[in-house]
Amino acid sequence: MSTAALRAGAGSSTAVRVRGVEKSFGDVRVLRGVDLDVAAGSVVALLGSNGAGKTTLVRILATLLRPDAGTASVHGLDVVAEAAQVRHAISLTGQFAAVDDVLTGRENLSLIARLRHLPDPGAVADDLLARFGLTDAGGRRAGTYSGGMRRRLDIAMSLVGDPAVIFLDEPTTGLDPQARLDVWATITRLAAGGTAVLLTTQHLDEAEHLADRIAILHEGVIVQDGTLAELRRLLPPATVEYVEKQPSLQDVFLALVGPTTGTPTPDAPAREDPS
Amino acid sequence: MSTHAVSDTAALTGRSLRHVLRSPDTIVTSVVTPIALMLMFTYVFGGAIETGSRGSYIDYVLPGILLITVASGVAYTSYRLFLDVSSGIVERFRSMPIARPSVLWAHVLTSLVANLAGVAIVVAVALLLGFRTGASAGAWLAVLGMLALFTLTLTWIAVIAGVGATSPDGASGIGYVLIFLPFISSAFVPTDTMPGPVAWFAEHQPVTAVVDTIRALFAGQPVGSDIVVALAWLVGVLVVAYLAAVATYRRRIG
Repeated sequence: MSTAALRAGAGSSTAVRVRGVEKSFGDVRVLRGVDLDVAAGSVVALLGSNGAGKTTLVRILATLLRPDAGTASVHGLDVVAEAAQVRHAISLTGQFAAVDDVLTGRENLSLIARLRHLPDPGAVADDLLARFGLTDAGGRRAGTYSGGMRRRLDIAMSLVGDPAVIFLDEPTTGLDPQARLDVWATITRLAAGGTAVLLTTQHLDEAEHLADRIAILHEGVIVQDGTLAELRRLLPPATVEYVEKQPSLQDVFLALVGPTTGTPTPDAPAREDPS
Repeated sequence: MSTHAVSDTAALTGRSLRHVLRSPDTIVTSVVTPIALMLMFTYVFGGAIETGSRGSYIDYVLPGILLITVASGVAYTSYRLFLDVSSGIVERFRSMPIARPSVLWAHVLTSLVANLAGVAIVVAVALLLGFRTGASAGAWLAVLGMLALFTLTLTWIAVIAGVGATSPDGASGIGYVLIFLPFISSAFVPTDTMPGPVAWFAEHQPVTAVVDTIRALFAGQPVGSDIVVALAWLVGVLVVAYLAAVATYRRRIG
């Protein structure tokens, strides 16, 4: 497919296209010819162990690194030759919540809106605060936020200006189970709205839960790429066994803590003191 | 892209000025050392130092104290830049469609504002301690320009440290190095009282020319060739530091 055709069909087809990308740091060949596609409105999970090169690939796609060989395009735009235009179409949420601790949540969002040259930064900020349940915390410095709130703010900052493609590098690392579910719900909503999401993760359940397609990056190449059903078919057909279903610790935790945060378990009854 | 260079720099400068305003202790701590030095040199050592000029010792020492104020202030620029780089916020900015130089320029402009505020505080304290000058408005303006250029030069050196450092201590350590230069110059004692090699270094390092220029401006005397030497030094170092800072930034951030 020619670039022009790709660009013309960008709305419904490939949002991210990676072909033969290689990247070395010194003698270490991190990426050895990666091929990957992400369709618009879909979630692709990039799985891999620590040091597999997931972050390197995301940084190349986010125009922060140049590939040594191969091509990568976002929305039909080459990430090297047309980096400036690519930046209009993408948004990156890194491994560590890159929010400004000194600014309030609202100021963080309106700063990004100003940098994306949107007409009414304040309104954009208020809208996103509401969507992410941060309206009450909007006037507080981000440095006072919990880990889950910081991550929500971080992802909200990535959504300023409605970029067509979002890269999420380990978006749920360090989050408690409830905050993790909140982030998952956000990602699902994003894809339903037509955004292409490429997320990296080490959590297999996360990929299983969220991704339309799963790509496994191992030793610098994508060793498998497909839907969960396709990946399952790679193994011999399942044999039916009956096993007792024990609730997982996550089931127990969520049952105890409840789906809404902020309801503290009552303490032991206060001791009556007659005096 | 360059059409947004000004608005992007303004947005990011507003951000880092907020950092300064919300931690005013950074301005206070950067003026504490110079004020303490000024008190010590004026009331403890000053009486024993023969400056060869007619004014009081505080008139003699203030130019050097102002340079020390700037030297201790730019360490915060290193520190803030280091935090921005290590927290990933620079990475976020660089993946956005913003004018690339604006990330560094915002820190540099913030440094300029914060350091000139620090300088104003130190001058106010000096006036309380008996500093007097008959400098004209033009001379004051020249002093301001000299200090602004000095701040820009030191700030770009601080940017190299901030971007290249691997720890916050490494980033702010540049301040200790820069603070030392005024001591081996004409800032506190005339250079001809120093032993040969030290005097030679003091005579030929940029701080002496800058100090002598500012001192002459305050005293209402002709600046002579000092100002040419001072400007040549500052602009020269500024250009080298700027190029090195940008190169370090490219190498570090990719």
